[in-house]
Amino acid sequence: MTHRREWIYAWLLLSPALVLLFAFTHIPAISTIWDSFFSTPRGIRPSKFVGLENYEKLLMDDTFWQVFWNSIWYAVVTIPVSVALALLMAIWVDGKLSGRSFVRLAYFAPTVLPLIAVANIWMFFYTPGFGLIDQISGALGYPSVNWLGNPELALGSIMVVSIWKEAGFFMIFYLAALQSIPPVLREAAAIEGASRWTFFRRVTFPLLMPTTLFVSINAVINSFRMVDHVFVMTEGGPNNASSLLLFYIYETAFKFWDTAYASTLTVVLLVLLSVIALGQFLLLDKRVHYR
Amino acid sequence: MMATRFDRWLNTLGAWTLALIWFLPLIYAVWTAIHPGAYATRFELFAPLTLENFSNAWNAAPFARYFLNSFLLVTFILIGQFVLCTLAAYAFVRFTFPGRGILFALVLLQLLVMPDILIVENYATMRKLGLVDTIAAIGLPYIASGFGIFLLRQTFKTVPKELEEAARIEGAGPLTVLWRVYVPLAKPTYLAYGLVSVSHHWNNFLWPLIVTNSVETRPVTVGLSIFSSVDQGVDWSIINAATLMTSGPLLIAFLLFQRQFVQSFMRAGIR
Repeated sequence: MTHRREWIYAWLLLSPALVLLFAFTHIPAISTIWDSFFSTPRGIRPSKFVGLENYEKLLMDDTFWQVFWNSIWYAVVTIPVSVALALLMAIWVDGKLSGRSFVRLAYFAPTVLPLIAVANIWMFFYTPGFGLIDQISGALGYPSVNWLGNPELALGSIMVVSIWKEAGFFMIFYLAALQSIPPVLREAAAIEGASRWTFFRRVTFPLLMPTTLFVSINAVINSFRMVDHVFVMTEGGPNNASSLLLFYIYETAFKFWDTAYASTLTVVLLVLLSVIALGQFLLLDKRVHYR
Repeated sequence: MMATRFDRWLNTLGAWTLALIWFLPLIYAVWTAIHPGAYATRFELFAPLTLENFSNAWNAAPFARYFLNSFLLVTFILIGQFVLCTLAAYAFVRFTFPGRGILFALVLLQLLVMPDILIVENYATMRKLGLVDTIAAIGLPYIASGFGIFLLRQTFKTVPKELEEAARIEGAGPLTVLWRVYVPLAKPTYLAYGLVSVSHHWNNFLWPLIVTNSVETRPVTVGLSIFSSVDQGVDWSIINAATLMTSGPLLIAFLLFQRQFVQSFMRAGIR
């Protein structure tokens, strides 16, 4: 009987959190999949089962493919660069360095600022003719460049902002991991006459593997989730050149009000996230040395 | 010896160069915000200082109301998260019951599938509940935070059994034990999680943009985006002043509590 009472007690404690968790995460995730097989209700026409029609539309949708590859490129470039920079920053800030606290402050500051606000500042940098980048390159004799208006450059310009925003955040995790490495190891390596590079490659880097796994999974999730700067800087343009999947979902659902198609796009995003996160876990897990 | 000194010098140079590049956007925003518009791209040491850009921005949009909304929003989310995540984490640590493993896995799933992505369905839910354009609607999807439950569970697990048994011998019930033993010992975790949560939700944009459509509910991020996207020749100095204003509370808090901030993010990240 006491067991039964314990169960009821535990369920009561859990229920408020579980109700909200199911209501806003699990049930929506499942109904997204369900809705992707139906048409969007319009006016008096209710939604009806259409099978794979939305998915057929998806495969034929040139905009979708462009946005899809944009998102992949965005992830492929921003994740390794920001993680590598984060590691470099952490090593610098962890070591002996004059003015260390200022340097750490500078690296970390972008993390606490709203992405939507820093996008405004970056906008100003990129403005052709007037912006800071053009002023500098103009002084050096280079022609003016329309960074956000050129389809070739818009996505890259967006990437720079997200690398700038993310690297300092990931640095913190590396810093925590570096500080937990026992100093004895470094002393032992010094006695053995190992160079700094050898020490990093053979000792530090392998010990940081669990952090790298954690940081890179976070980076994947963030790269598909954070699209605020797209709203301010380009609105996905020119011609969807800098549009990302979540931004396209937003446009489809809340500008064109095609909710069924937006659900279909969300399914793609969910599948993409799961596949990448799982793949990363399996790939990196083999090389992770747990302590 | 020469080599190591050169090495150190090179590292310092690199670290500082990167730090300056990283700080540049912020310095630049401050420069344009505290100088008249004419000096936005003219860098003269003795350019006249002004606070006019801030007052112009403040008067050009209902920022006072936006700040109040953001403040209410992060408070609502923080209190909700603390209560719900504490109860749930306690249940996972203290009790054994059928379905515990599966339920915990479902909680962890939220770390991957976040409400941020499920905007279409969550908007439909809010419409059914009649909550569109309320502050509650902005906060509700985030209150049962998988991250918070996980973090508190990890902390609660480290509470020594002896303490709990001592309390129970004195006749304390499960909720009293939670309040008197577990919560006080988890204070650093609450601080860490609180800072992460407040900065995250103060900065959140996409979901509030979707679910609000009036001045009475919009948080500062959405307010700022509307203000700066109006193409009425609003000049950059004023936009940058507004930008700094909206990030101001976090930036000041960050400068004051730099150490705690960094340590909080660290603590929150170690799993």
